Amino acid sequence: MSKFEDACIISGIGQSEVGRRVTKGVMALTLDAALEAIGDAGLKPANIDGVISWPGAISRAEGLAPASPGSSGPGPHAVIDALRLQPTWYYGGPETPGMFAAVIQACMAVATGMCKHVLVYRALNEATVWRTVTERVNTDAGGVTGAMQWMLPFGAFSGPNWMGLYATRHMHEYGTTREQLAAIALNGRLNAQRNPKAVLQGDLTMDDYLSSKMISDPLCLFDCDIAVDGVTALIVSTREHASDMPGKPIHVEAVGSALNGRASWDQWEDMTQTAAASAGAHMWSRTDLKPSDVDVANLYDGFTVLTLFWLEGMGFCGKGEGGPFVEGGSRIALDGELPLATSGGQLSAGRLHGFGHLYEACLQLRGQAEDRQVADARVAAVSAGAGPLASCLLLRTEA
Amino acid sequence: MPLPVPQITDENRAFWTGGADGELRFTRCQSCGYYLHPPSPRCPECWSDDVAPEAVSGRGTVYTYTINRQQWMPGLEVPFVLAVVELDEQPGLRLIARVVDCEVPSIGMVVDVAFEARGEAFIPFFRPAS
Repeated sequence: MSKFEDACIISGIGQSEVGRRVTKGVMALTLDAALEAIGDAGLKPANIDGVISWPGAISRAEGLAPASPGSSGPGPHAVIDALRLQPTWYYGGPETPGMFAAVIQACMAVATGMCKHVLVYRALNEATVWRTVTERVNTDAGGVTGAMQWMLPFGAFSGPNWMGLYATRHMHEYGTTREQLAAIALNGRLNAQRNPKAVLQGDLTMDDYLSSKMISDPLCLFDCDIAVDGVTALIVSTREHASDMPGKPIHVEAVGSALNGRASWDQWEDMTQTAAASAGAHMWSRTDLKPSDVDVANLYDGFTVLTLFWLEGMGFCGKGEGGPFVEGGSRIALDGELPLATSGGQLSAGRLHGFGHLYEACLQLRGQAEDRQVADARVAAVSAGAGPLASCLLLRTEA
Repeated sequence: MPLPVPQITDENRAFWTGGADGELRFTRCQSCGYYLHPPSPRCPECWSDDVAPEAVSGRGTVYTYTINRQQWMPGLEVPFVLAVVELDEQPGLRLIARVVDCEVPSIGMVVDVAFEARGEAFIPFFRPAS
């Protein structure tokens, strides 16, 4: 199958310090991650001819992507200037099929010949900002505009509310249980204990989970990911660069970004699934590989239930079968049939908004995941997004 | 801290102020009868631009729900029930809104609309049908 993805590799990765109390500001973290990724690819800043980030420097969104303080970080203009880059193409924007749109657009820029080496990054400093900003919900006296007017004035204030609605419906139709959601949280914590950069390392038991504070039924504290400061960067290069780079290239086997549903949180029709279903189907339509070929699945886990939606949407199990699939945790453990959230994921390692999963998938495919390395990992699935926002990537080592 | 209010515009005014008259109003295609939400100047079913606000019955059923227990802002009273309510008039015509007068709702529960005046807007919420 010939496809644009074949023109691209991920040639370098970088990640800043990640934590709830980091020592640097978000611009410094961004430059740390960017320079690490550029160097890892065997390049210098002068070689970078494209820059793409999600969501760009925004403080409020009119569209579906919620913008809260600390969720943006510096946009491409600031980073381009700080590194004195001279790009032929750059872009930052939030109205996309989820956060991996930045990676997909970088691949398209490379495949079309617009760029040779694109710096892609995602910057967050929610941990720092949330300590000082109390107004996490927009209560601007001028009023809420755009898509969020159909959520915030009604009392649907935050992600746990929106995804709590989905989780209730999934439980209603398929009998999914809290213990099954817990299996995702517990698995993440076990993997986090093998990841020195994970922010939550303490033991987490089923009792801890079941007795924790409810946030928005049926989602409790441990169903929700944890805000951090941290920046992840990667370099998408032309395939030709594979022979020039010092490390192991990672091939982009297929991308998925299709939206088959309303571009709306509140009017979304089937709340037992998200756009993960259409993005997942789109991804598999672009490759001859199958779900059974995947060695590592680093699927979005902003909330536990989102991992279920991605497991089902990407065809790792049937629709509605996500609960039994993860139950007990052995299938999704590091030595299981489908190792899941191998870094600890966002639930335990910190919310890097999909890019933590992507960074970890690259480490796994390069054989650099140390204590948590999945033996002979050759194909990794990664995904990002919730509700109507979804994108995913299938990555592999050299054939 | 005040609760969020919508910014009233020409496009959304009928929806957000219908509660002043006790009416839940959605934009409706005058050509094919389809309810458009959120409001849009053109019908996505028949592409007619003859659209106008119309009141619906205000009765619907709970499609799904959550109980919010987190105080997202100072002064917010918790817990409260939040539901996706599907209006009787059209499959898929929905609002995410609070349901009052019930501690734990059930999926399929029949509810009726009511309104809370907040700023210039009248925010729809629901209570179990009597």
